[in-house]
Amino acid sequence: MFEAYIFPILLITGCGLLLSAILVVAAKFMAVKVDETYEKVRAELPGVNCGACGYAGCDDYARALCNGAKTNLCIPGGDKVSAAVSAVLGVEVADVEEQFAIVKCGGNCNATDYIMDYQGVKTCAACNSFYQGRGSCSHACLGFGDCVMACKYDAIHIVNGVAVVDKSKCVGCGMCAKECPNHLIDVIPATSKVYVSCSSHDKGAQTRKVCKDGCIGCKKCERSCPSGAITVTDNLAHIDPKVCTNCGVCAGECPTGAIKVYQI
Amino acid sequence: MEFAKNMMVILLTAILAENFILSKFLGICPFLGVSKKLDSAIGMSAAVIFVMVIATAVTFPIYVFLLAPYDLAYLETLVFILVIAALVQLVEMILKKFMPALHRALGVYLPLITTNCAVLGVTMLDIDNWDPAVSFGTSFGNALLYSIGAGLGFMLAMVLFSGVRSRLDSEKTPKCFQGMPITLIAAAIVSVAFMGFGGVVDGLFK
Repeated sequence: MFEAYIFPILLITGCGLLLSAILVVAAKFMAVKVDETYEKVRAELPGVNCGACGYAGCDDYARALCNGAKTNLCIPGGDKVSAAVSAVLGVEVADVEEQFAIVKCGGNCNATDYIMDYQGVKTCAACNSFYQGRGSCSHACLGFGDCVMACKYDAIHIVNGVAVVDKSKCVGCGMCAKECPNHLIDVIPATSKVYVSCSSHDKGAQTRKVCKDGCIGCKKCERSCPSGAITVTDNLAHIDPKVCTNCGVCAGECPTGAIKVYQI
Repeated sequence: MEFAKNMMVILLTAILAENFILSKFLGICPFLGVSKKLDSAIGMSAAVIFVMVIATAVTFPIYVFLLAPYDLAYLETLVFILVIAALVQLVEMILKKFMPALHRALGVYLPLITTNCAVLGVTMLDIDNWDPAVSFGTSFGNALLYSIGAGLGFMLAMVLFSGVRSRLDSEKTPKCFQGMPITLIAAAIVSVAFMGFGGVVDGLFK
């Protein structure tokens, strides 16, 4: 009787009690204190883990914030998060310079075309590894939407064969910029309205041959810019957003329409 | 020489011929759930190896010294689940306190496998392989080796399959096969490939 029934029951009960006692004691002794400010700060951050702040994700940034990092580094969160974090930490609110992404390629289906019927894996990174992509311009948007996959805010889409940013949704985290194999995406201050929609460093004639919309490096914009914000290097115009006054003269002068005024 | 040969047979059997996922069908839940990305597959497998070894190290002596002498072998499952669950909780606490870096790497996966069938399976198979005639030291060593091999086999299957899945993701599959169906079919094909290892281990060391 005892051997067959009571002993096993006692054994299992004893085991359970012993183990739970060990766990309770261990929980008391092994308790790790979690920094309360850290928890609060972490709760305020958006949790996108985009890395725009320069830290490895929100957890890391929250830890850095507790140790005195700047509160205005979270670009997706903007002023709101900066204010909330500053309130938790009890420091002065610092303004966040809001940003958004632009795609420096206007090579849509009307402007340029494909030179091969690519049948491989449907990602930009894979396509780009075959002879620098399927487009006739090797600097062009590949149009498979690696950036679309990377975006957590549904702010970038492939429209007519080229990636287009929806400025109303873009928070400027720069996740898409990291994915683009041709490095076509740039993050610029939210106040900027004028940008160069081309990344081709090819000579003017070559660019002209493959794309109607490309920058041919004619330097008309450089000459016409009243504030001297544009420089043409390696056959490609570059606008310095710090100097640019968004007057839009260059966009009017550009013969190919490579310089565009951002429409919201 | 005999010793080394014995070790290789145990390891290779556990990794290839008796692969826990692909021929014993244990641990299918993490296999299908966490094999989408290579890094999470490796993290999960590392946690599984870790837990398998410590679970064997604790349950094997319990069986040999407590359950077997008193004819309580039928309580094996119950006691093992209890012990493994408590053990993993304890180990998690210890890791959190003393090895935060390791805890950050394995932490997410540890609670997931407290009572995973692959972990329970490896401890019970160790008992099945146990020969009371052999000295405790040798059989305990063999059991630990078998659990390491089982964990490595788990990792092999996870890593291989995460590669298969990343290929699957970029392929066009018919709509009715998208998602889980095609994953299961792919898993079946990979496990058929592993059947080929069936006689290899015995043949290697003849």
